[in-house]
Amino acid sequence: MAIHIVDRRLNPGSKSLENRQRFLRRAKALVQGAVKKSSQTRDIKDVLEGGEVSVPIDGMDEPRFRREGGTRDMVLPGNKKFVEGDYLPRPNPSGGKGRGAGEGDSEDTFRFVLSRDEFVDLFLDDLELPDLAKRKLAEVESEGIRRAGYTTSGSPANISVSRTVSRALARRVALRRPRPEALAALEAELLDCSDEARRAELMAEIEALKTKMRRIPFIDPIDIRYRRFETVPKPVAQAVMFCLMDVSGSMTEHMKDLAKRFYMLLYVFLKRRYRHVEIVFIRHTDRAEEVDEQTFFYGPASGGTLVSSALQAMHDIVRSRFRPADWNIYAAQASDGDNSYADGEVTSWLLTDKILPVTQFFAYLEVGQENGLSYEMPNSSLWTLYEGLRASGAPLSMRKVNERSEIFPVFHDLFQRRSQQERTGS
Amino acid sequence: MTATGQLLFEGADWDFRTLQRICDACEQIARDELKLDVYPNQIEVITAEQMLDAYSSVGMPLFYKHWSFGKHFAFQEASYRKGLMGLAYEIVINSSPCISYLMEENTATMQTLVIAHAAFGHNHFFKNNYLFKQWTDADGILDYLEFAKRYVAHCEERHGRLAVEHTLDAAHALMSHGIDRYPGKKSLDLRAEEKRAGRRRAHEESAFNDLWRTVPTGPAKSGAVLDIERRRQMLGLPQENLLYFLEKTAPRLRPWQRELLRIVRNIAQYFYPQSQTKVMNEGTATYVHYRIISRLHEQGRLTDGNFLEFLQSHTNVVFQPEFDDPRYSGFNPYALGFAMMQDIERIVANPEAEDREWFPDIAGTGDTMGVLRDIWANYRDESFISQFMSPRLMRQFRMFHLHDNPEERAGIRVDAIHDERGYRRLRRELARQYDVGFIDANIEVVDVDLAGDRRLMLRHTVVKGAQLSEADTKRVLQHLADLWSYDVSLVEVDTSNKVLKEYVANPRNIAVAA
Repeated sequence: MAIHIVDRRLNPGSKSLENRQRFLRRAKALVQGAVKKSSQTRDIKDVLEGGEVSVPIDGMDEPRFRREGGTRDMVLPGNKKFVEGDYLPRPNPSGGKGRGAGEGDSEDTFRFVLSRDEFVDLFLDDLELPDLAKRKLAEVESEGIRRAGYTTSGSPANISVSRTVSRALARRVALRRPRPEALAALEAELLDCSDEARRAELMAEIEALKTKMRRIPFIDPIDIRYRRFETVPKPVAQAVMFCLMDVSGSMTEHMKDLAKRFYMLLYVFLKRRYRHVEIVFIRHTDRAEEVDEQTFFYGPASGGTLVSSALQAMHDIVRSRFRPADWNIYAAQASDGDNSYADGEVTSWLLTDKILPVTQFFAYLEVGQENGLSYEMPNSSLWTLYEGLRASGAPLSMRKVNERSEIFPVFHDLFQRRSQQERTGS
Repeated sequence: MTATGQLLFEGADWDFRTLQRICDACEQIARDELKLDVYPNQIEVITAEQMLDAYSSVGMPLFYKHWSFGKHFAFQEASYRKGLMGLAYEIVINSSPCISYLMEENTATMQTLVIAHAAFGHNHFFKNNYLFKQWTDADGILDYLEFAKRYVAHCEERHGRLAVEHTLDAAHALMSHGIDRYPGKKSLDLRAEEKRAGRRRAHEESAFNDLWRTVPTGPAKSGAVLDIERRRQMLGLPQENLLYFLEKTAPRLRPWQRELLRIVRNIAQYFYPQSQTKVMNEGTATYVHYRIISRLHEQGRLTDGNFLEFLQSHTNVVFQPEFDDPRYSGFNPYALGFAMMQDIERIVANPEAEDREWFPDIAGTGDTMGVLRDIWANYRDESFISQFMSPRLMRQFRMFHLHDNPEERAGIRVDAIHDERGYRRLRRELARQYDVGFIDANIEVVDVDLAGDRRLMLRHTVVKGAQLSEADTKRVLQHLADLWSYDVSLVEVDTSNKVLKEYVANPRNIAVAA
């Protein structure tokens, strides 16, 4: 009886993929909550990395009839000192529950590894970003073609003659196709030859060579090679995103969180649109400085408020590092709207003369208190200033946000408006 | 036949020729020396990920799609990654041919162990144990699973993924109560099952006529109230196989839903013997691998180094932590089973006076394998332990019996220990731990209120004061009500018929719409 041994390792695909997707669909709300939570603690750039999220398993358990309590009898191994009639103290009330008839899933939550796409989808899905990113992507991404080796099929226009000929030659050599010279030599000999036996021999040889030459053609269809082209995404221009934030004492953690979510969304969006995205974090009080992400969101800072300082810093950075001809420049400014009265003039001049002409898009996000109502927010000094600029035709987009849930609609709205403007403008 | 004395392999590496040699060598010993009777073997080499796959679909090579398998996969993958859990070295399927999965990471020694363990030990047990013979159909299972997979996919296409998911969720929740516990029915013939389902579907399709749907049904038949006893008898009550009852009598289930219940029920039934023979099955397989590999070593076909490696894995497998060890989680079926098999070998080959008194039938008869093969064929865990647990083994494991009565203030009482007074009580209690009659809650359908609101009435007979956990019970009953489409009630009664608790669940609309 022969034993059958099979190698299953190469079997394509994992059976679990489909079940995994079903599980994800089913657990969507839970996983989404986890993604949301984890994106709060992540850095902006890591949002696109996918990775682990913790999903509470008890939200996904499958109920069974289980019994608990009552008197229990059990036989255990490893008695060292007990004799019949001894009493053991109960461990503790909850410890008495023991392992029931349920499964051995002892942990309350488990880490679930999401792929990058799964993560971004859930992240964006949470923010209800429907197909915006994809549509934009399709608009912008253009494709070029480049040579990519050779192929055995293609259009006649693409036949690579040199490659085909050299392959044919190699084949002819390998299969020992008689060279025409050899045939000519034999034929010449035949002409001169008078010996009958030799003649017959030569004729047979010539015949054999001819047959062989017929059988091994000079060019065979299998020799033919076509140049292959593949389409490659054309390197789309790079983009830089300026995150400007007022970090003066009046900005609460909640406000920074709102700003962070907006920046995150903008980053994800740009990332899908451009090959290469840089982020510049500029925080300002009455002075502005470029900082890293940690400091930007979590670093303590305090002082007065001069919005122009941030705009000036951005302008300087653009001038030194990001040539507007090469870079698509985006800026998102988050602030609670306080600005010193005297600063208005400079701010307005910087924006209209220096910043707006070189930026693709400038968004101003006015963040408000938690539980506040956006329409109840009185117009701040900055808002009034920007409103005035916008009225006079500056391409500014501005919104007020109080709640996390408003972030996406605002974002969506901003981008919608911009493309409309573009259309009417052109 | 390869000559003895020639090494099967050296070092840890293996290739497919090595595997073949190992199989041949193991087979020779299994057949000629141990006289095992096995299904044809098929050995499949798989990756760790595939092993995880197999785990999450109850070890089956193909299974219908359901989110809970994805959940198990994710959970197990996570704990595997974290290193909380090692993977089993093998999975073996009770089918003909008997399929054993080997992980590619295993060393040559481990592959030998696994082949001996699964392809001969488990395989022999599957083929010969009476429970498996009675309840499972090794020839048909793979075809049946294939059918189930296709059928579920087909239903999803026709009736929507969600509707199928609801039905399967509900069926899974009742899976442990979808088993016929007592023989009397003929064993499953899964191939016939599949044909039958196909025929019925075809018939439904051919017989369907939309006209009849609109024919007025007329006023309900009045009078003729059936005698209660007769009605219960007609419904087959009381019925403890809840899935069977629903499949046959739930008034508003669609035919395909009934078929899904049937599939879940058949699969649950298929696994029923495995849960009753865990100790014996693992004991058998472990004993067989131990015998085969020791013999290979004796024959000089395994190096001492490889044999030591084997011994180390073997010792890990049969390790039994004591009750106060943090690693303790109940009796290790490998440890208990293997110890009992070895103990029986000792009793048969060289018994002491005590053994002759306890086991007059087998002590000193000398034919170890004959006795073992007979035991393997004719017992399940409960009867096996209650017949063959020897005093010596109870001493060796230092077993003791605890009685935990929450009423008792003083704590948990030690009821028996491994001494003359305790042996029989220990053995009886241990056997009871493996008695399926006690493992699952005793829940039955007792009646249907046909005259009134068609409420389905269930009863849980509480044993030793263990009531159902409330949160879970509510959710299971919800599923049950969804399937039944009318109210469902469950009463918990103690042995003196006093009602301890009552649950009622109303069906959700989903089930009606589905």
